[in-house]
This record gives sequence, structure tokens and C-alpha cells, in this order.
Amino acid sequence: MRNTDIAKPDYFHKVVDCQWACPTHTNVPEYIRMIAAGRYTDAFMLNWYSNVFPGILGRTCDRPCEPACRRMRVEGEPVAICRLKRVAADLKDDIHQFIPEVPKKKNGKRIALIGAGPASLTVARDLLPLGYETVLFDQDAQGGGMMRTQIPAFRLPVGVLDEEVNLVLDMGVECRFGERIDSLKDLLADGFDAVFIGTGAPRGRDLDIPGRAEADANIHIGVDWLASIAFGHTTSVGKHVVVVGGGNTAMDCCRSALRLGGKEVYVTVRSGFEEMKAHPWEKEEALAEDLPILNWHNPHSFVTKNGRLTGMRFDKVRAEYTDGRRKLIPTGEQVELPCDDALLAIGQDAVFPWIEPELGIEIADNGLPVLDPVTFESTRPGVFFGGDAALGPDNIVSAAAHGHAAAISIDLYCRGKDLHGERLPPGLNLVSQKMGIHEWGYGNDYDEAKRVRVPHAKKSDALANIKVEVELGYDVERAIEESARCLNCDIQTVFTPKLCIECDACVDICPMDCINFTANGEEEELRARLRVPAADKAQDVYVDGPLPTGRIMAKDENLCLHCGLCAERCPTGAWDMQKSTIHLPQAGGVCWE
Amino acid sequence: MTWMDKPAVHHPALPRNALGLTRRDYEGEISTLCAGCGHDSISAALIQACFDLELPPHRIAKLSGIGCSAKTPTYFLGAAHGFNGVHGRMPSLATGAALANRDLVYVGISGDGDTASIGLGQFIHAIRRGVNLLYMVENNGTYGLTKGQFSATADVGSKSKGGEANPYAPIDLVRLAIDLGAGFVARGFSGDKEQLVPLLRAALTYPGFAYIDCLSPCVTFNNHEGSTKSYPYIREHEVGIADLVEPRAEITVSYAPGERREVQVHDGSRLALRKLAEDYDPGDRAAALDLLERHRKRGEIVTGLLYRDADGADLHRIMNTTETPLNALDFADLCPGAKALDKINARLR
Ligand SMILES: Cc1cc2nc3c(=O)[nH]c(=O)nc-3n(C[C@H](O)[C@H](O)[C@H](O)COP(=O)(O)OP(=O)(O)OC[C@H]3O[C@@H](n4cnc5c(N)ncnc54)[C@H](O)[C@@H]3O)c2cc1C
Ligand SMILES: Cc1ncc(C[n+]2csc(CCOP(=O)(O)OP(=O)(O)O)c2C)c(N)n1
Ligand code: SF4
Ligand code: SF4
Ligand code: SF4
Ligand SMILES: [Mg+2]
Repeated sequence: MRNTDIAKPDYFHKVVDCQWACPTHTNVPEYIRMIAAGRYTDAFMLNWYSNVFPGILGRTCDRPCEPACRRMRVEGEPVAICRLKRVAADLKDDIHQFIPEVPKKKNGKRIALIGAGPASLTVARDLLPLGYETVLFDQDAQGGGMMRTQIPAFRLPVGVLDEEVNLVLDMGVECRFGERIDSLKDLLADGFDAVFIGTGAPRGRDLDIPGRAEADANIHIGVDWLASIAFGHTTSVGKHVVVVGGGNTAMDCCRSALRLGGKEVYVTVRSGFEEMKAHPWEKEEALAEDLPILNWHNPHSFVTKNGRLTGMRFDKVRAEYTDGRRKLIPTGEQVELPCDDALLAIGQDAVFPWIEPELGIEIADNGLPVLDPVTFESTRPGVFFGGDAALGPDNIVSAAAHGHAAAISIDLYCRGKDLHGERLPPGLNLVSQKMGIHEWGYGNDYDEAKRVRVPHAKKSDALANIKVEVELGYDVERAIEESARCLNCDIQTVFTPKLCIECDACVDICPMDCINFTANGEEEELRARLRVPAADKAQDVYVDGPLPTGRIMAKDENLCLHCGLCAERCPTGAWDMQKSTIHLPQAGGVCWE
Repeated sequence: MTWMDKPAVHHPALPRNALGLTRRDYEGEISTLCAGCGHDSISAALIQACFDLELPPHRIAKLSGIGCSAKTPTYFLGAAHGFNGVHGRMPSLATGAALANRDLVYVGISGDGDTASIGLGQFIHAIRRGVNLLYMVENNGTYGLTKGQFSATADVGSKSKGGEANPYAPIDLVRLAIDLGAGFVARGFSGDKEQLVPLLRAALTYPGFAYIDCLSPCVTFNNHEGSTKSYPYIREHEVGIADLVEPRAEITVSYAPGERREVQVHDGSRLALRKLAEDYDPGDRAAALDLLERHRKRGEIVTGLLYRDADGADLHRIMNTTETPLNALDFADLCPGAKALDKINARLR
């Protein structure tokens, strides 16, 4: 293998598994250390710079960081990265002094943002400090998009949502709420310098089976139903409720129904429990509220009596796999469930009836716009997309990530620069953490503690009122305990071959058998003959040499605890523990750290 | 030394041996030796060898005297028996223990000071008696624990850290051991585990006195320019003669593999040897001594399996003791009474 080029920012960035997996690349280990040190405000701001909605995400994020967390591979359960984020938001002081200043004198460029969800809000936040004027349109009366209309208050209190949405709006966004855009052509005629489309994927899918038309009054599209609860239009539901679908929307629907008076609420899913689209923790919460999830139930028909919905029939199915493709085979058995209200949570789509074909914005067969994957620019220069409108239904943090990328593009576009060629690359700083012979600038001791559970509100209280937040969040003590589980993956093992005397001290001390001194070879072959074969190809092997004996150092990054024992035991300082900080420029080249 | 403990967590794919143990289960306390000390590598090699041999840790006894080397039994095989005695007296402890319980595996750890100076007489007699143990000298040419005085294995002219040259001729413990009739004699280097681990496995299973002289640089007091026991000096002057082949060696080639040769040993098993410098028969005592002398003259350090006697002496065989360990005999058998004693005495009159 060739020597690893650790000067390339991506190399060490990848070692910080959580940060690499986070769509906005939030510096997780740094904010966790800040929380452990009681620096909640700093932790909040570090989050805010990259993901814009720390308090919201600390409660609702899809948390792609957690399955990626190294701790998962080491002992089976990831660090509670998401819930620690919430601690920063819950315990911070007044942060207004840290919000970037917005110049009074504008740069003369006006940007239209359509849809006030997290994608557009991120674009606004990134562009306002650069002097842009941002005009934000939304058909709803308030900002927040689906964070407001879809995520139920028992998961995300309105106060938290308002606080973080207003933080952006108060920077000087011109809000045109209650205004639906029906023609992009008309909007473009207003002379905006660029347009960002963040209209989400608002159309919920329908279910065309027998009885659909007759029972219409009591069949609700899940996303519309959740929105009408958020707006206060819907305050009750029938006694018998059937939810159709196995994703996160289905989980929010059934839990909401339970709180609005549903007595027997069933979740029905075509697939098995494991294959359900909902996150494991969403399923857990539903099960904890005693909501039955009926798997292998394929909707057959709506049953009506005197023109009113009374039940739903299902074909029971089983899965059969041919060439890895699943087919659902009816078992012949049918089940009827009593049903006063049916909630359909079987997917959503982005729809753009208001984008005129002649504008040159190409929409692909899957209904989504054709975009440059880096710049998020559509086939019409100056028109950008982000969030669910860009790539289909996803999540808040991805919407924020798209927003950052689009804001960079919009700024370059408005300055007449090349959208690809003049994007700044990421940067990397490495700083030694050595403070003394056995002292490091971070807590390097491995903590064996198991993941700390988040306390919940009393079930009877939670179910009595849809506005009561179920999770109470960590208190300080629990937060400190959980923070200690983080392995500090950003504190890198940096090797200097010319200092190594090949004494093997590091090899012998390493608790995870990461380090090897061996003959060089092709990657595949080398991986196979390490002390413990480096089977996980997604994890890099760090190679450097040659050493005096002609061998090389090969370190499998996969399970390194970042404990620094190698550096403590090295007599020559050939290993050092260095903090890697990845700088990801935002619009205008701004770097926050 | 290091302040924090080595975490107990280990690689989930770490292999387990037939006892269900991982290599980590053969470890001991975290070392308090200087970072980079060769002795720590030897401990790691011993851990690996005992794991490979699937030895139950509680069937091993570790014995040592005084010195940095003699401290190391704390740092491996935490579940084994152990006795840390006075300076140079490890052989007496081993002799007594091996006499009392012939069923344990004995690991004696000593230093060049502990063995070649204060304990030289003890060393000689343990060989003479054929005590069944692995006798390991962690040879750094210096008194590490007392901060770097020359030991009796330091070469003439080798420089101390302060710059003085050693005026005395060294004692070569390998030659001495072969000369005195040790059944198994090898020299290793702490910086070469591919050679050392197979040597340790062979020594631990040798039925009799097995001596390993393991060069083990003292990073703090004897790893400087002018020392003949430093990492670079040993690497430059080492000549591998007859390395045992690791079962895994075919796949883990960190050195170019040489020609393979199999040697029959008396229990019927075969030793696979990697012949490097020359054709060499480790069963020939005169050849071994000759080889050592030739290389000494050239200023080279020979390593590998230097001598192995297929029928080495063993204390219990010499004394014709019972197969049952003495500590397992009941009182009546062990102490047959006045009448039996009278009979023995009568024989001696
Ligand atoms: C039930 C449910 C629960 C969810 N839970 C989570 C969760 O826990 N965590 C998570 O990360 N994600 C969750 N999501 C997904 C998340 O809400 C979305 O991915 C995210 O909000 C998308 O952001 P966005 O900026 O693309 O647009 P959206 O948030 O969808 O906002 C789009 C906005 O555009 C407006 N709009 C649309 N068309 C027009 C128009 N023509 N004119 C004017 N305004 C228009 C809409 O009114 C809306 O306010 C959930 C989604 C649903 C349906
Ligand atoms: C009876 C006695 N004499 C002297 C000493 C002092 N002493 C302690 S260790 C040592 C030499 C150790 O050298 P070596 O055996 O080579 O061990 P190393 O520390 O080099 O591994 C001496 C002389 C002692 N502890 N006891
Ligand atoms: S242990 Fe900490 S730094 Fe490492 S992946 Fe998990 S949260 Fe991130
Ligand atoms: S920091 Fe060093 S000793 Fe610790 S696990 Fe990583 S490589 Fe091993
Ligand atoms: S401890 Fe240091 S000098 Fe020794 S082998 Fe490891 S990196 Fe090299
Ligand atoms: Mg010594």
C-alpha cells in the first residue's frame, strides 16, 4: 500500500465516524467534550453553525451519526449523540450575542426562498450575514415547514421550534407567510437574483382499494391529518383507528391518535417488523405506549355500513424472495379490523404543478428535479433546490446540509463565479494534545459505562395531552455520564516513521490490536494478515514507512479507542495524539471554529 | 509507566483458543517499566506463546529474583502462580517448586545482573540438576533497575550512557549453558517476535532445562550510540541461524522466507526450522560451541535455536521420583514413619 496522506482532510474526517456520517458534518466529539465541561452555550453554538437547529434536532434527528458511531462497533451501543445535543440546547445561556452580525448595508442581491422549512431557513441563515436580502414565501402562516406541521408536539414542543426558527427569521428574513406560489414564472418576473426551492414533499400517497370513495369522510392522508392537528383543526378521532404504513409517519399517526381519544389503535404494515421503515427507536416508543403493530397485513378493502367506514379488511401475506427481491404472497387468510378512522401513512411525494415546463427546469421521471449533486443547481441557472423537494422525503438535517451547499452556490452565482471551481475545499488542523508525560488535553481513559437511558414523562400524563413532551432529556449528571462514553475519535493517532525504533511497545499495549509492523503488500492481502484481519473495508488502514527493518506500520482505524496508550508507551514520540479539526467552509468561505 | 489501566475491552474478532480464552486473558497488570523497554516485548511474546499452547494460566508458576526483568511476571499471566524472591535466587525457588509439584509449567524470569553476577552459582546448579523450567534471561547488558551500571554480559568496549568503556570481558550465558549441559539453548531478540514466540513455545514444552537468552534493549540506560545492546546495534549485528517456523509464517512473511528443514525430536514430533545463514544442526553440541565462537570473532550475534538435546536431563528423572507430584501425596506416603527411616539409615551405615 502507498503511505497514507494524512494531510488530506478527508482521511482523518473519516476516522471521526459520527461527523463523517452527519450530513452537516457537525463536530460531535468537540461538542460532547464541551457538554462534559459544562460549556453548554459553546456546545450549542458549535451545533448551530453546522446544523442550525440543535434543540429541534436534539429531539427529532434521524441521527445517521449513531449507527456510524465507533462505540457501536466496540461495545454494541452508540453514544447518545442526539440526546446530548438536546442537553446543549436545554442548558445553554442566552446566545444572541453569538449570532453573526447581519450588515445594515446590503449587497444589492435579492434571493427568493420558497417554502419555510429547514432547507430554506438554512439558506437564509448562511446568506444574511453576507449582505443578501432574502424573501421567504410559505403558504402556511408560520415558518418551520414540516417541523411544525408534521412532527407532533409530544416529540417537539412548539416553544423549542419557535425559538430556533425565530433565531433565523430575526436575522432579517423578509417573511411572506400565507402566500402560496402558484407560478414560478410570475415569481421569476419579479427580478430575483436567484431562487431557492425548498417546498418539501408535501403530497401524501392515497390508497385506491374497494370502498375508498364511499368511506372518504373517515379516510385521512396521514401527513394532512397531522398538519390539521398542528393547526388545531383536528382535536379528536374515532374510537377504532387503523393506521396503514410502517414508517415514521405511521408511528406519529398512531401515537397522535392515541392522544386524541383513540381507544383501539392498530398499526398495520405489509412487511415484517424488522423491515419496517420506521427507526427502531420510533417503533420502541410506539410499543412502549402499547400500540399493537400488525405485520404482514396487506390492505384489501375499506368496509362500510350505510355509507360510513366501519372496518378495514386485510390479506395476510408472507414474504418470498427470488434473487434477493421480495414478493408478498397472500396466505389466503383475511382479517377485518374495526375502524372508525383510517390514517394512510404510505409515503409522500414532491410535486411541482406550479413550475411551468417552459422555464427549462427539467423534472425527471421520478418526479424530482434534475440537479447538480454538488451545487444543487437545477437545469435552469440561478434556480436551486434543497431538502425534500430536491431528493425526495428525507429528514431535517439533510435539508440543512442541502441548504448550506445551495447557499454556497447562490453566493458564487450572484458573484459571477464558477459554482464548482471556486467552492473552497475542506481544511484540516492538527494540534498535539500532549500536556505532560501521561497528560493529554482530553480524557483518554476508556469508560466502560453502558448507554444512559433518557428519562420519560409519566405515561398517564403523556397520553393525556398531545402537547406533553414524552422525553424529558438528560439532566446534568446523566449528560456527564453519557459524554464520558465518547471515544474522542477526532483525537488522532499520528505516526512519524523516522522516530520509530520498532520496539513494539505500541503493538503490545494497544487494547484493540490496531497496530502492526509488517512487510508491505497490496491492500487486500495486507488487510488479511494483520494481527486481527481488517475485514471492514469501510474503515481505512493507516500505512506509513518504511522503517529501519524495511517493514511498514499499518494501523487498522476500525476499532481504535483513541485511548492514547500507544503514544504513552512510545519511547520516542513516534506516536502522538493530535486533535483534528475539519473546517468546512460555508457560503462566502466562512469557517466557524 | 502509564497511569491509566489498559482497558479490558478487546477486538471482537480476537481469536479464542481451545480453552475459550483470548490472548488478552493471558495478560497481567499494566507494566511500570520504561516505555519501549525490551522486557515488555518479551512479556507480550510469552503471553502469545502461552495462548498459542493453550496452557491453562493457573497451571503455570512464574518465579523471579530482582531487577526490571524480574518485575515482569506481574505484567503477564495474571492468573498464574508467582513468587518474586531475592536477587539471584530464582533458580532455588524454581528447584524447590519443581520438586514439590512436577505438574506445573515453570517460567523463571531473570536478568543479566540477576543471573550472570549475583546468581551465577545458582544458574549453574539449576542447569546441572536439570530443573524442568523455562529459564529466561532478559539480557540488556546493564543493571537497569539500579540505573545503568555495566553487567557481566556487557561487551568489552561497550560504552555506558556517560561515555565510559567497559574494560571487562563478557560472560556469554549461552555458551555457559551449552557447556554445562542445558538441554535446550536459544538466543532471541525482544524486537523480533516472529522468531521469539516459536522459540518460547518450544522452550515451554521442552521436558528439562530450557534456557533462552533474550537480547532486550534497556531504552533508558543502554540504547545509546556506542552500546552493543541497543536496538540498532543488535539489528545490525544479528545473524539468524535456525529459527523455528511459525505455523502462520507462510502467510505472515515479514522477512523473506528461507529454506525449510524439519528436524525429528525424541518425542517423535518434528521441529520446522528456517535455515538462514548456513546449514546448521542444532543437535550437535560441539558444532554449537564452534558456531558461537566463529561468529563472536566476527563481531556477530547469533540468534535462533542453537542447541537442543533430544534426551536432556530432568531433575525428577535423575532422582527417580514418583510420577505423582510430591505435594499431592498423602501424609503416610510422604512420611512413611520411623521404621522406614530406620531402614534407610541402616542402608547408609
Ligand atoms: C410525520 C412526519 C414526521 C417526521 N419526523 C421527522 C423527524 O422526527 N426528524 C426528521 O429529521 N425529519 C422528520 N420528518 C421529515 C422532515 O420533516 C422533512 O424531511 C423536512 O422538514 C424537509 O424540510 P424541507 O426544508 O425540505 O421542507 P418542508 O419542511 O417540507 O417545508 C416545506 C414548506 O414549503 C411549503 N410549500 C410547499 N409548496 C409551497 C408553495 N407552492 N408555495 C408556498 N409554500 C409552499 C410548505 O407549506 C412547507 O411549509 C418527518 C416527516 C413527516 C411527514
Ligand atoms: C542482594 C542484593 N544486591 C544488590 C541489589 C541491588 N540490585 C537490584 S537490581 C540489581 C541488578 C539488576 O540487573 P539485571 O538483573 O540485569 O536486571 P535489569 O534491571 O537490567 O532487568 C541490583 C544489583 C539487590 N536488590 N539485592
Ligand atoms: S465515539 Fe464519539 S467521536 Fe466516536 S463516533 Fe461515537 S460520538 Fe463520534
Ligand atoms: S489510541 Fe493507540 S493504543 Fe489506543 S486503541 Fe488506538 S491505536 Fe490502540
Ligand atoms: S512504541 Fe514508538 S518506537 Fe516503539 S514501535 Fe511503537 S511507534 Fe515505534
Ligand atoms: Mg539487565
